[in-house]
Amino acid sequence: MARTMTYREALNEALVQEMERDQSVIVMGEDNAGGAGGPGEQDAWGGVLGVTKGLYPRFPDRVLDTPISESGFIGAAIGAATRGMRPVAELMFVDFLGVCFDQIYNQAAKFRYMFGGKAVTPVVIRTMYGGGLRAAAQHSQALYPIFTHVPGLKVVLPSSPYDAKGLLIQAVRDDDPVIFCEHKALYDTVGEVPEEPYTIPFGEAGIVRDGEDATIVALGRMVAVAVEAADDLAPSGVSCDVIDLRTTSPLDEDTILESVENTGRLIVVDEASPRCGMAADIASLAAREAFGALRAPVQTVTPPHTPVPFSDALEDLYLPDAQRVANTVKDVMNRER
Amino acid sequence: MTETLPVTAGVLDERRLLDAYRTMRTIRMFEERVHEEFATGEIPGFVHLYAGEEASATGVCAHLDERDAISSTHRGHGHCIAKGVDVKAMMAEIYGRATGSCHGKGGSMHIADLSKGMLGANGIVGGGPPLICGAALAAKLQNTGGVGVAFFGDGASNQGTTLEAMNLASVWNVPVVFVAENNGYAEATASSWSVAADSIADRAPAFGMPGVTVDGFDFFAVYEAAGEAVERARAGGGPTLIEVEFTRYFGHFEGDQQTYRTDEVARARAERDCLRSFRARVMDSGLLSAERLDEVDREVALLIDRAVAEAKEAPKPTAADLETDVYISY
Ligand SMILES: Cc1ncc(C[n+]2csc(CCOP(=O)(O)OP(=O)(O)O)c2C)c(N)n1
Ligand SMILES: [Mg+2]
Repeated sequence: MARTMTYREALNEALVQEMERDQSVIVMGEDNAGGAGGPGEQDAWGGVLGVTKGLYPRFPDRVLDTPISESGFIGAAIGAATRGMRPVAELMFVDFLGVCFDQIYNQAAKFRYMFGGKAVTPVVIRTMYGGGLRAAAQHSQALYPIFTHVPGLKVVLPSSPYDAKGLLIQAVRDDDPVIFCEHKALYDTVGEVPEEPYTIPFGEAGIVRDGEDATIVALGRMVAVAVEAADDLAPSGVSCDVIDLRTTSPLDEDTILESVENTGRLIVVDEASPRCGMAADIASLAAREAFGALRAPVQTVTPPHTPVPFSDALEDLYLPDAQRVANTVKDVMNRER
Repeated sequence: MTETLPVTAGVLDERRLLDAYRTMRTIRMFEERVHEEFATGEIPGFVHLYAGEEASATGVCAHLDERDAISSTHRGHGHCIAKGVDVKAMMAEIYGRATGSCHGKGGSMHIADLSKGMLGANGIVGGGPPLICGAALAAKLQNTGGVGVAFFGDGASNQGTTLEAMNLASVWNVPVVFVAENNGYAEATASSWSVAADSIADRAPAFGMPGVTVDGFDFFAVYEAAGEAVERARAGGGPTLIEVEFTRYFGHFEGDQQTYRTDEVARARAERDCLRSFRARVMDSGLLSAERLDEVDREVALLIDRAVAEAKEAPKPTAADLETDVYISY
């Protein structure tokens, strides 16, 4: 029987295997071990949601806890990356990027190009994103479009335990700075994960459902939402391609366009704010490259353009769900031209 | 524990002593109740409790009035209560109700009441100190005599924004009091490890301001230090850094297993607790009677009961609230 594990465990295993393989891989972040300077357990936390648990006892010299100084330690990870290390730094919640963004987008992102190809910056910044935990406006955002906007950064959003492991190993081995976005509502999801190390190349979307009538493009946690919608629609005779982007930079344009050429209908489901995001970006791609194939206007399913509300009553309305996606697909089906 | 009161305690009349006690007791009962209710699963999200640290918010805010502004942290309930935010509205906010301080849009980590000079609990560690420099600048330019107080933790004391704000406040000579609440930990990391200086207060001279460390279990010690700092700020004498030392009684957030520490909470509760020591001292010195203090306890218990009952009954926000209070153009 194939082995199953959680998204959290898959990430942990990827880190362990890469640290075993390569001495230059180091892990750092706030409470990535936990307990520093205290009288109790060392490795008390293993990260706020336990992803790095167990790394510190195994690699005591290569797991570094940090003060709450994101600009300082994210910058230090980037600097170490230019000097032969492969740091995996944790920006706990992506919402905290405001505190350290300069080091990421003016420093790490630009070195290779700005220095005429003479620098490599193999840093990975792991970060949690996304809503659904009632974590409110400053702990729930889906800010990956901001990173995607910046030339020089690679941006990864695993949607399953299998992808989590393969994409994280790829991220560690990649020579460019990678922003690795983990949806915090996915940590406990379970799936098949091979024991041996493996990589998933960046810029290759996954096709998680095959269909004829419409293409649903999704990413991160929205992949599960899109799949649920596709499954709900199937009995009514509507079959959908569901494409999991896996990475927003690089973006697998070919897979999207091939599907749209076939179905003629495109719905993009994105958890980020609607403006200047992936939904708008992919809609523009289709308008540019698949205009002739489109049989209906492209539709996007995103949250409203508001901060993330706290109350469950509001957050449930805020986040795209399967019903909204299914309704949007039905609308598109009815707008035959 | 010494039973003598600091000199300044003499200026606290019976009413003000009772107010201070009521504030501390309100914070304690509020937090203990939220702790219990959280365990039932009815309170959503992340909740960080202030129990054990009551003397800081109370001792500092006792010097503040409506001219003054405070910034807070993720552990903000105590600061809110001490600055006069309505307790029922706070509880409703924590439950995500439309009757909450922020109409259910903010939650525990974002309770605010600008009309009370409470600029918000804050989900970003180090988010508050720069804001409070601006609040103090406004007070200075508007000649209100107001001051700004930035509450932040030992962990936040290592954040660039905090250090920049301290320098800025001195350079601009704006009326700020920086209150570093050193509860020994930032999440699971001990402050003795994360703060490279011997103490947080030791950093003050580097930013051109006086710094002092006080016993945070002792309301009177905090009250006295804050009084001096607020007075200096109001008089145009610039910022001060006060480091307040104590222990947080609950986990970093509700759900924290706390394997990084041992018996310090039990010891603090038994030997150092701010409410216990306050009672002992005002009673021993004949300022307040046990009966009068017990009466406050009963009143506060009733208030908290009502706050929880009303919060549970209150309506949640609806679809009509989702896209209000923000600029949207599609
Ligand atoms: C910029 C930023 N980094 C990290 C966090 C996560 N975080 C929330 S509270 C906390 C610890 C804060 O410690 P301290 O300042 O001592 O305050 P305490 O919790 O002890 O009151 C951390 C790391 C955050 N909210 N914001
Ligand atoms: Mg602390």
